[in-house]
Formats: sequence, structure tokens, C-alpha cells
Amino acid sequence: MSRIVPFYGVIGLIIFWYIGVWVEIVDPVLLPTPTQSAMAIWNGMTDGGLLSDFLRTVERTTYSILIAAVIAIPLGIFLGSSEKLYRSVEFVIDFFRSTPASAVFPLFLVIFGVGDQTKIFVASFGAALVILFNVSYGVMNARKTRLLAAKVMGASKFRVLTDVMLLESLPQTFIGLRNGVSLALVIVIVAEMFIGSVDGLGHRIIDAQMLFEMPDMYAAIFVAGALGYGFNLLFLTIEQRFVHWSGK
Amino acid sequence: MQQSVTTAETSATTLSTEGNSLAHVTIRGLSKRFGSAVIYDNFDFDIPRNKFTSVFGPNGCGKSTLINMIAELLPCDAGEILIDGKKVRDVRFGYVFQNYREALFPWLRSIDNIRYPLKFMNLSKAEQRARVDKLVEYFGVKIDLTKYPYQLSGGQQQLVSIMRSLVVEPEILFLDEPFSALDYEMTLFMRDQLQKVFMETETTMVLVSHDLEEAIYLADHILLLSRGPAEVADFVPFDLARPRHAESVTEASFVSTKAHCLEIFQREVRKG
Repeated sequence: MSRIVPFYGVIGLIIFWYIGVWVEIVDPVLLPTPTQSAMAIWNGMTDGGLLSDFLRTVERTTYSILIAAVIAIPLGIFLGSSEKLYRSVEFVIDFFRSTPASAVFPLFLVIFGVGDQTKIFVASFGAALVILFNVSYGVMNARKTRLLAAKVMGASKFRVLTDVMLLESLPQTFIGLRNGVSLALVIVIVAEMFIGSVDGLGHRIIDAQMLFEMPDMYAAIFVAGALGYGFNLLFLTIEQRFVHWSGK
Repeated sequence: MQQSVTTAETSATTLSTEGNSLAHVTIRGLSKRFGSAVIYDNFDFDIPRNKFTSVFGPNGCGKSTLINMIAELLPCDAGEILIDGKKVRDVRFGYVFQNYREALFPWLRSIDNIRYPLKFMNLSKAEQRARVDKLVEYFGVKIDLTKYPYQLSGGQQQLVSIMRSLVVEPEILFLDEPFSALDYEMTLFMRDQLQKVFMETETTMVLVSHDLEEAIYLADHILLLSRGPAEVADFVPFDLARPRHAESVTEASFVSTKAHCLEIFQREVRKG
């Protein structure tokens, strides 16, 4: 019984969609049926190139989040380990965190050219700031008592950092990673749409729109949605596996 | 006020004239303020060796502050605290926090929490294991120590926390209201566990408590503090034979000691 509950919304949406098509809420050319869209996903995934576009987007997003994590996690720990240090750069971090990543596209284009690396770097830039902010806060908000407990047991400052602060910051780090990967995906998709791309889900969506291939467009949108959901689920699973104490 | 100052001086002098070996911790000229509030001003005190000392006093008088400064968890503004003439960082000591939930490491299994402080002593893996095994056997622990702390009850967590502080075989043990978050039944059980450890090891123990009955029940001496700045309001000896048990609280000496402490406590509270 409870296992079907999460699907009520999906079933409801599909029924609503069918009704929309049936009463011609919009031009039938613009709104294919759910079945047509599902068929487009199936065909696209089996031989229509949707799979390769999907994989290109996965690849770019994965690179982006990896670069972002490799830079932002150590830096976040470093900045967070001294509240004074973090406060001194907080404004800069918050400012760029608030700057829409799309606004820096032209700048990155000038610097890195129109190749793949530009899309990856812009996405890394956005994600890194989100991760950095969360990791730093995770370290700064490490439970005081726990740090003192390690200290009274004879742990050096360095051991307090590696044995306590790092682990204390993990739950918050995962929040950063989840937000970061969502943002990276958004940026990658936008970049694929508008910055000299020949592949990727973003490119496919724009292409389908221009050619008025509506079922294909819906297919690519749903696959992009599934990808975002999948990334989130992946990080949640990793978190539950390795940060078993989170929220306890 | 006059009265308490005199008592303080008397007890401090008495202790120091009895020979230095009796004092385990010597506190001299200790001063501490939080903002404009003066908590300690030129405070002197000796904590006796191999005795159980309970610290009791009105809220905010600086009971916890005192043991935190001894354990160097808090810096003092002035003065000197020596344990056996040494700085605390050169002494093997244990500290039990009130908030066991935040003091234990949730990423380590309970057994690894207990083992953690041994990492900082030069012990082989086998010696480390032997120490932990000995302690587990000693406490007759019936809980599954391979569980993570958050899977245990509050009392079990605090027991793990106490075992973690004892595994290094400390010369002195500080306890900051260790049982105040436990239910009554568990508190009684833990008191007796602690008393057993004290009787067998004669480790100097300093307990901060907000429960007068508990403070007396465990103590050889009760240090009663006054408020702002803290002075020794009295240093009450209590020598009822150990092991003490639930019925001990009805014995005449217990009742009279409690009445005496309560009287001084109320006098100090009224002053505040």
C-alpha cells in the first residue's frame, strides 16, 4: 500500500496530461500525448542519439562536480578551520555565489574559447562556490564539545582537524555536493543550448524545438529531469552509506 | 561574606600545612571574568589527593568554569593551576562531559570511542585491546559495544563516555554534571559504578553537581562555592564508610551534612 503512495502524483500528472491533450488545451502539435513522449524516449535511447547526448551531459556534469569538489572541499576545510579567515573572505564568496553563473559565460568564453572546457569550467565555478560555502560552515559549526573532548584526550590541533572537524563537516559537505551537482547540471544544460554545442541534452532540446519535433523535445526534457533526480539520489545514497550518523 | 572568607582561608591553610602530598591540584591566585562579570578573583584552593571532591554552589557561581580551567578547556585570566606541580597538559587525566551526545564521536563504534584516547599514548595494538577488554570486563558491560553511540540509550552513552575517560588510567578525573541528563534509575546505577571505580582505584575525582544529594553521596569533601566572585563558602568533610548505598542518605551523618550544606547554600543564594 505505502509503496504505491509515491506514484499517486505521477499517475495524477499523466491523467491530467491526457485530459489536456484530449480537450486540446493547447495546439496538439505542441503537446503530444504521454505515450508519444514515452515512445520518443524509448526510440531515442535505443537508436536515436538521445543516449549519446545523455551520456555527454553526464560526462560534462561529472567532470564539473569532480573539479569543483577537488578544489572546494580542501579549500573549504582550510577556510572553515579559522573563523576569522573565513569571515575575511566571506563577502567575496557570498558575492560570487549570488552572481548568476550564466553571467560569467561570456568571460569564460573569452578566456577558454568555445570548447568543452568552457562549459565544464563555468559549471565547476558555480558548483565550487556552493560546496565551498557548505564545507566551511560544516567545519565552523563542528560541535564545540566534541572538539574539546578530543582536546582533553590529548589530540593535537592537527588531529582535532582530521579526527573530528573533517567528520563533523561531512553531513554539511554532502548538502553542498547535492546543491552543487544540481547547479552544475543547470549550467551544463544551458551551456549546451547556447554555446557552440553539437551534442548534449541541452543541444538536443533546442534542436528539437527548432525542428518542431515536440515528442523528441519532451523526451529530452524528461531525461534531463531524470538525470538531475538520479544525481541527487546518488549523493543521498552515498551519504547514507558513509555518513551514517547524519542527523542523529 | 566575612564568615566565608575566613572559612576559606582556614581550610586552605589547614590543607597546605598538612603537607604538600595531600594536595593533588593547587590553585593559586586564579582570576577569571566573562565580560564584566567577575567569576574568580584571586582564588586559592587545594584539591586533596586520592579523594572524591564534589563541587556545589548556586547557579552561575563558576563550578564548571573551575574544572574547565583546571583541565585547560578554558583559559584563566590570571593565576596558576598545577597538578602535582605540573601543567595539566603533562598529566594523564580524564574528563566526562555533561552532554555525552555531543562528547562522543558518532562516526566511531562505542568500542572505538573508548579506545580513542589510547591513540595518544605509546601503546601497541595488543596493549590497547587489553586495556579496553579489562575495562569492559571490569564494568561488566552488557551493552553491545560494536553499536554506534546514537544506537544506545542515554545512560549507556554516558557509561561509554566514562569508560573512555578511564581507559587511560587517569591520575585525576573531572566530571561535569555527568548524570544530570539521565533518568533517576540510571543516575543511581551510575553513581554506584563511579563509587566502585573510585574505591578500587582511589583516583582523585572532582565532580561538579547541581544535585546536593548526589554531591554528598559520592564525596569525601564537598566544596561549597559562593557567588560572584566565587569564594570557598565551606569545605565540608564527609567520611561515611563506603560503599555507600541507597539507604545511606537516611543516616544521621548524611542528613546533618546535607542540612549544613543546604544552610550555607541558601545563605549564599540569598546574598546573590
